[in-house]
Amino acid sequence: MKNNNGLLRHVPWLMVAILGAWALGVVALRRGEAINALWIVVAAVAIYLVAYRYYSLFIATKVMQLDPTRATPAVLKNDGLDYVPTNKHILFGHHFAAIAGAGPLVGPVLAAQMGYLPGTLWLIAGVVLAGAVQDFMILFLSTRRNGRSLGDMVREEMGRIPGTIALFGCFLIMIIILAVLALIVVKALAESPWGMFTVMATIPIAMFMGIYMRFIRPGRIGEISVVGVVLLLLSIWVGGLVAASPEWAPMFTFTGVQITWMLVGYGFVAAMLPVWLVLAPRDYLSTFLKIGTIIALAIGILILAPELKMPALTQFTDGTGPVWKGTLFPFLFITIACGAVSGFHALISSGTTPKLLDNEVNARYIGYGGMLMESFVAIMAMVAASVIEPGVYFAMNSPAAIVGSDVASVAQMVSSWGFLITPDQLTAVAKDIGENTVLARAGGAPTLAVGIAQILHQAFPGQNTMAFWYHFAILFEALFILTAVDAGTRAGRFMLQDLLGSFVPALKRTESWTANAIGTGGCVALWGYLLYQGVIDPLGGINTLWPLFGISNQMLAGIALMLATVVLIKMKRQQYVWVTILPASWLLICTVTAGFIKLFDPSPAVGFLALAKKYSAAADAGQVLAPAKTMDQMQHVIFNAYTNATLTTLFLFVVLSILFYALKVGRAAWVKKERTDKESPFQAFPETH
Amino acid sequence: MFNDLSRLGKYLGQAARLMVGMPDYDNYVEHMQKTHPDKPVMSYEAFFRERQDARYGGKGGPKCC
Repeated sequence: MKNNNGLLRHVPWLMVAILGAWALGVVALRRGEAINALWIVVAAVAIYLVAYRYYSLFIATKVMQLDPTRATPAVLKNDGLDYVPTNKHILFGHHFAAIAGAGPLVGPVLAAQMGYLPGTLWLIAGVVLAGAVQDFMILFLSTRRNGRSLGDMVREEMGRIPGTIALFGCFLIMIIILAVLALIVVKALAESPWGMFTVMATIPIAMFMGIYMRFIRPGRIGEISVVGVVLLLLSIWVGGLVAASPEWAPMFTFTGVQITWMLVGYGFVAAMLPVWLVLAPRDYLSTFLKIGTIIALAIGILILAPELKMPALTQFTDGTGPVWKGTLFPFLFITIACGAVSGFHALISSGTTPKLLDNEVNARYIGYGGMLMESFVAIMAMVAASVIEPGVYFAMNSPAAIVGSDVASVAQMVSSWGFLITPDQLTAVAKDIGENTVLARAGGAPTLAVGIAQILHQAFPGQNTMAFWYHFAILFEALFILTAVDAGTRAGRFMLQDLLGSFVPALKRTESWTANAIGTGGCVALWGYLLYQGVIDPLGGINTLWPLFGISNQMLAGIALMLATVVLIKMKRQQYVWVTILPASWLLICTVTAGFIKLFDPSPAVGFLALAKKYSAAADAGQVLAPAKTMDQMQHVIFNAYTNATLTTLFLFVVLSILFYALKVGRAAWVKKERTDKESPFQAFPETH
Repeated sequence: MFNDLSRLGKYLGQAARLMVGMPDYDNYVEHMQKTHPDKPVMSYEAFFRERQDARYGGKGGPKCC
C-alpha cells in the first residue's frame, strides 16, 4: 500500500522544501531594500516542517528505534501524580511552557546588533541539527531509564566523578542564570516608575490569589487566574497614572543599585515563604501570560506583516559592536543559546516530561517538535527587534561609556555609525512608551518590549496604546523572570545544602530554619554579588554576564550531547553517532574558543585577564582609568575581572573533564562487542491497554 | 458540534492546568479506584496541595540535574 505511492507522497514535502529554500534565499540574498518579516517566518516554518518530517523521523526510527509496544515509565509506574500517561498534545503544552522562558526572547534581540541574518540562520540551522536533537535524545534516554535526571544519567553511564562534576557545573550555571535574569529586570525597571509600580503590584496580587486558592476556594486555578490577569492589566493602567503623577512617581523611581538590593532582599524572603503564597500563584500568572503573549505576537506578526528596518548585516560582525563585544564566531553562537540549542532543556527533558509520556514514539513530537516551537518564538523575537528603527535599537542597547548619556550625544554617535536618528526621535519614542528615557536600556527586555508594543498596538484595536503594550511586555518578562529567580533560589538552596551537607551534616536538614537560612543566604549572596557587579559595571554588565551565561548554557548542552553520544556507542548504534557528535563538536568548539578568548584575548574589552592587567598596571601607577572614577572603583574592576576569569576557568574545567570521560568511556564501549548501556529492560504494555 | 466544543474545552483546561504542574484529578481518582481500591483517595484540595508542594520542592526539592 505504502509502496504504491512511494514517491508521490514526498511531492508535497518537496514543495514545502522549495518554498522554504526560496524564502530563505530572499532573506539571505536581497540587499539594499527592506524585506518583509513574513519571509523570515515562512523560511523558518517551512524548514522546521521538512526537518520534522524527515530528520526527526530518521532519528526516531533508525537512531533510537522507538518502539510503540514498549511501555513507558508513565504507564508502568502510573500513580496519577508524578507518573501519568498523558495525551500528547496536552503534554506538548506542558513541555513547551517549561522550556520557553526569557532565553529565546532576549538572545536574538542582543544578536540583532550584527543584523537579522546571522542570528536567523543560526536559529534555523541550530535548532534542526542541535537543539531539537538534544531535547529529543535526552527525552528518549530518560524515558528508557524510568525518568532519570541528567545528572543521574551521566553518573550511571559515564561514572561517579563526571556525575559529580556535572552536578557542580549545574549549580554554577544556575547561579549565572539567576544573576543575568535579575540583571535584565534591573535594567528594565531602573528609573521607570510605571514599570516598577506594576511589577511591585504583582506581589499583593499573587498573595491574594494564593490565599484564595488555599483557603477560600481551594484549588480553583482557572477562575482566580482570570481574576489575577484582570488585576494585572488594571495595575498596568494604574501604573500609567502613577508615572504621570508628580507626587507618586518619585516614590516608585529607583536607581539600578536600589533595585538590586530590593531584588536580593526579595529573593531571600520569597525563597523562605511557603510556595502557595507567592511563588505558585505568580507562576500560574506568568505561564498563562507567556503563552498568551506568544500567541498574540504570532497573530500580530502575521496580520501586520511588518517590514524589517534592521539591515541584514551590520558592520558589527567584525566584533566591534556596542551591545556586546566579540566576533561573529564564536560569540554569535554563544549569544543566541535558547532558540537554537539550550542545555537547560536537557534538565526539563529529563525532569517531568518523561514521566508523563504515554508512548515513546510521541517523544519525537514532544522533544523535537517542542524545541522547533521554541525556536519559532526566538524567530519572532528577532523580528520584533528588527522592526524597530536601528537607531533606536542602538541607542537603547549601547552603554553610556560608549555613546554618552544624553539624547544629543547618543543620537550623534549612533548616527555616525550609519543608523540615522535625531535626538527628537529618541525623545518621541520615550514619550510614546511612557518612559522618561530609552537610553541605556540594555539587556534585551526593553528593546523587545518596544518591538512587541509596536506590533501589538497596530494589530489590536485601541488608540494610543503603545505605552500600555510596552509596559505589558515589560511586566510579562519581569513576571517570569521573578518566578525563575524565586524557584531558582529554592532549587539552588537545596543544591547548596546538599553540597555543604557532605561536610556539615546538620546543614542538610531542609526543615531546619537555620539550615534553610544559611542555604538560601549563600545562594542569594552568590547571584546577588554577580548581579551587583553587573549593575555597577559602567560598561553595562550585560557585556560580561550574557557571554558567561551563553557559555555555561551551551556547555551544558555539550555535556548532554556527549552523554547521548556515549550512550549511542554503548547501545552499539555506532553508525549513527554523527547525529550527536556533529552538534556536540560544534558546541565544544564554540564554547571552548569563546572561553579561551574571554580569558586570554589581549584586548581589555574582550579578555578578562587583559582587563585586570591593564587596570592593575594603572592602579599601581596611581592612575584612574575611565569609566572608573575613584581608586575604589579601580579595585572593583580588577576584582571583578578576576572573578569572571575564575568562573570561565571553572566552566572550561567542567566541560573539558566531561569530554575526557566521554572519550574514555566511549572508546571502551566502542571496542566491546555487546551492548553495555544501562537501559531499563523491555516491558510490553500491560494487557488492560 | 457542541460535544466537540466541550471536549476541546476540556482538553484546553487540562493543558492549561498541566502547564502549571497540575495533572488531571479525575484521571487520578479513576486510577486509584481501578488499581488501588484499598487505598484512600485524596480529596481535590489535598491533591492540589500535594501537587503544588511537589512542583516547587516540598521534600528534597527540585534538582537542577
